[in-house]
Amino acid sequence: MDIMSLTALEMGRKIKNKEIGVVEAAKAALDRSEALESIVHGFVTLDGEGAIRSAQRIQKLIDEGTLTGPLAGVPMAVKDNICTKGLLTTCSSKILYNFVPPYSAQAVLNMEKAGAVIIGKTNMDEFAMGSTTETSAYGVTRNPWNMDHVPGGSSGGSCAVVASEEVSYSLGSDTGGSIRQPSSFCGVTGIKPTYGTVSRYGLIAYGSSLDQIGPVAKNVSDCTAILEAVASFDKKDSTSVLRENYDFSSALVDDVKGMKIGIPRDYFGQGLDEDVKAAVMAAASILEQKGAIVEEFDLSLTEYAIPAYYVIASAEASSNLARFDGVKYGYRAPEFEGLHEMYKKSRSQGFGAEVKRRIMLGSFVLSSGYYDAYYLKALRTKALIKEAFDKAFAKYDIILGPVAPSTAPRLGESLTDPIKMYLGDIYTIAVNLAGLPAISLPCGRDKKGLPIGLQLIGDCFKENNIIRAAYSFEQTREYERPEIAKEERR
Amino acid sequence: MKQYEMVIGLEVHVELATKTKIFCSCTTQFGGSPNTHTCPVCTGMPGSLPVLNKQVVEYAMAVGIATNCDITRYSKFDRKNYFYPDNPQNYQISQLYLPICRNGYVEIETQSGTKKIGIHEIHMEEDAGKLIHDEWEDCTLVDYNRSGVPLIEIVSEPDLRSAQEVITYLEKLRLLIQYLGASDCKLNEGSMRADVNLSIRPVGAQEYGTRTEMKNLNSFKAISRAIEAEKLRQIELIEEGKTVIQETRRWDDNKEYSYAMRSKEDAQDYRYFPDPDLAPVVVTQEWVDSILNRQPEFRDAKIKRYIEDFKIPEYDAQIITSSKHLADIFEETVELSGQPKEASNWIMVETMHILKVREMEPEKVSFSPSNLAKLIKLIESGKINRTVAKEVFEVIFDKDMDPEKYVEENGLIMESDEGALKEIIQKIVDANPKSVEDFHGGKEKALGFLVGQAMKETKGKANPALINKILKEILMH
Repeated sequence: MDIMSLTALEMGRKIKNKEIGVVEAAKAALDRSEALESIVHGFVTLDGEGAIRSAQRIQKLIDEGTLTGPLAGVPMAVKDNICTKGLLTTCSSKILYNFVPPYSAQAVLNMEKAGAVIIGKTNMDEFAMGSTTETSAYGVTRNPWNMDHVPGGSSGGSCAVVASEEVSYSLGSDTGGSIRQPSSFCGVTGIKPTYGTVSRYGLIAYGSSLDQIGPVAKNVSDCTAILEAVASFDKKDSTSVLRENYDFSSALVDDVKGMKIGIPRDYFGQGLDEDVKAAVMAAASILEQKGAIVEEFDLSLTEYAIPAYYVIASAEASSNLARFDGVKYGYRAPEFEGLHEMYKKSRSQGFGAEVKRRIMLGSFVLSSGYYDAYYLKALRTKALIKEAFDKAFAKYDIILGPVAPSTAPRLGESLTDPIKMYLGDIYTIAVNLAGLPAISLPCGRDKKGLPIGLQLIGDCFKENNIIRAAYSFEQTREYERPEIAKEERR
Repeated sequence: MKQYEMVIGLEVHVELATKTKIFCSCTTQFGGSPNTHTCPVCTGMPGSLPVLNKQVVEYAMAVGIATNCDITRYSKFDRKNYFYPDNPQNYQISQLYLPICRNGYVEIETQSGTKKIGIHEIHMEEDAGKLIHDEWEDCTLVDYNRSGVPLIEIVSEPDLRSAQEVITYLEKLRLLIQYLGASDCKLNEGSMRADVNLSIRPVGAQEYGTRTEMKNLNSFKAISRAIEAEKLRQIELIEEGKTVIQETRRWDDNKEYSYAMRSKEDAQDYRYFPDPDLAPVVVTQEWVDSILNRQPEFRDAKIKRYIEDFKIPEYDAQIITSSKHLADIFEETVELSGQPKEASNWIMVETMHILKVREMEPEKVSFSPSNLAKLIKLIESGKINRTVAKEVFEVIFDKDMDPEKYVEENGLIMESDEGALKEIIQKIVDANPKSVEDFHGGKEKALGFLVGQAMKETKGKANPALINKILKEILMH
């Protein structure tokens, strides 16, 4: 049996039934990662020793009967912008090349409580800024479906290592599509929860008002179990929301009869790849056949989401990233004259081009004289976009559409044209601006064989609607594995 | 030379007396080894998040209510972005767009009567750490113990016209805040800091002149001196046909001279924007009411009550209430002893005397009211006389000792046992027939001598009135 071909819940069950040991599972994940990393490069840091140690500890807790959760003992990976106590956390940036956090993010603590065995930290676009994982200071991650293509981003590492079966699940973060888009490109499932559902304490901020941590796994059931483990109200995060309901598993029902699904016409216009369009529309008709009421409508304001997002996210980022200055931790330029030059050199050498671009963009839109014209206008746009969604959710239970206009681009193709790269976020960004939950799950492949993602968007705190629809759709197709995952372990 | 008047506005920073910092649970205690009162939040570690200390909002609202401000029902925190190593995030969390309090005033007494000084706003913010330059290693070290200590900034309207008005206004603010218990307001320790915005204009002019901002003012005296010096400097410039430059200046109180720190041209663009990590502060009417109900009795009300209820002179009431701490000691002593006049005397005369001689602040008084009350009871019951009482008071002041225990242990209790005294006095009368004769011969002095002898015999502990009474009884027989 190839342990790593299992889903997270399957593995958890086998661990519970003593068919697989926790250490055995961790070793399998580590062995597989070691074998594939030279090709995929989904990890910034692999923590073999730490993983074995915690596997031994967790095995004990399972044996004692104190740890009984469905994910107990299952090895997993954490995106490198989520703090892990004692384990290097770089945000894939040179400026944090040596940062070992003295604390763990609340999301990590929650997963550890559920018995997660962290085997390493996954690669990402530097500070989550990018859609390809190519802006990482530690090298690109390759798409397990085709090594010449990017895995998407910014949680490219988290999605690639699930697709390549180096781990069965991972945590990512989503500010403008950073979980959903790489999930779509890598043929895995990812959820961006309602803003405030997962604590941001310990998540190194990019756009604070948009960032959310969420699960990446092979299917909807796994994602649901992970979401139940990772979500919590956290007093340490003032934007955390105490939800009425943290039960998502009850939505795993294969039944969409009477569910009202809206398809925004705005999402199927110019720029959408024909294969993607066809796969997404096919998914819609499958749900319709299963009894859902599917209807097209005009969401409106779609074209304003991208400019509003890049103003708000960059503004927040320009301030959030100010703390990386060479004074307290991280990279400090080796030679400098005085304080000012230390700042300048450390930051110039420590940050990559895309991060600098967004810091400059953000500093500009917050400057006196421009604040009203850019930042305030963007905030007003954000409010209008939320209103447009409110209107839509008065009529529909969920909104269905593509995740991205195309499948994964080739390596090196995107960075030359940042505007084109930004436009690739068109279907995911509005969800963050409105704080909504959304899921990305595979719905087919294009002519090149690259995976296509289906996006289902729910109203705030209505994860269960999208989980139910996603689960129902998932029942109609087989999980597809890339060739690299099927190869015998080396 | 033309007549000029000053136009002054103040920005007063006050460190709030909360136990923990504004956005984390680290202690605000002064001192401590560098970077020991810190956590990921107040050292700006990646991924850490601020959580607002509710007590900070309550203190800010209490000060706002005491200064007649409108309380902002929907208030927000903004980030003020600038790079400096004492500021671990390289932004300070402050309030620009929606400060917690606005449009208030305080009334001050001036030579020409009561004057209203407008309060433009009061906002909450976090303090920065401290830089320490190590001369030996030629490097600068940062201590973040103070980083995140809560501050309020009270911004006045440009309503002040003289150094005297400034001092009166500051004293008024200080007392209000001390009475609220919101801060100890020590200028020399930096828990109260005032920046002075000052411009001059010809008397009668309507428009304002160009202003400067003066920093580094660590005492009321320094503030006075800096204001006078800046006034002269600006007048001189204008009289010479030069212009005042809008700039920030730093006062050197030893040299009695200020120098320019930075001009308006160098002013930074702080790129303020609402902090996305903090929820807006929503203040309900109930919350305002609960603060209102908890407002203490302020100085003016206290003075009035002392005069009416305790029948003490206005002057005394003013002295006692000039420190909330003294007023508290006074009131509790009255409560315990039931003798307002006595309590007032001990504070007005003896306490003030010791404070003056030792150059102490009233806040440093550390004896408990219960011990002063006991002392008053000892006098009242005739157990000790006033001479002894003064000696005992000094012990109470220094060591906060129980006076009952002290007089007992040191044998200071006055002889009030009539029988025993009678015996002693009879002996003295018997031993001094000459004096008795003199007394009967009309020499009043002789009585004084006999009383003195009795006091000597009782080592000063006898009640003089009682001695007089017994002596007269014996002699008249």
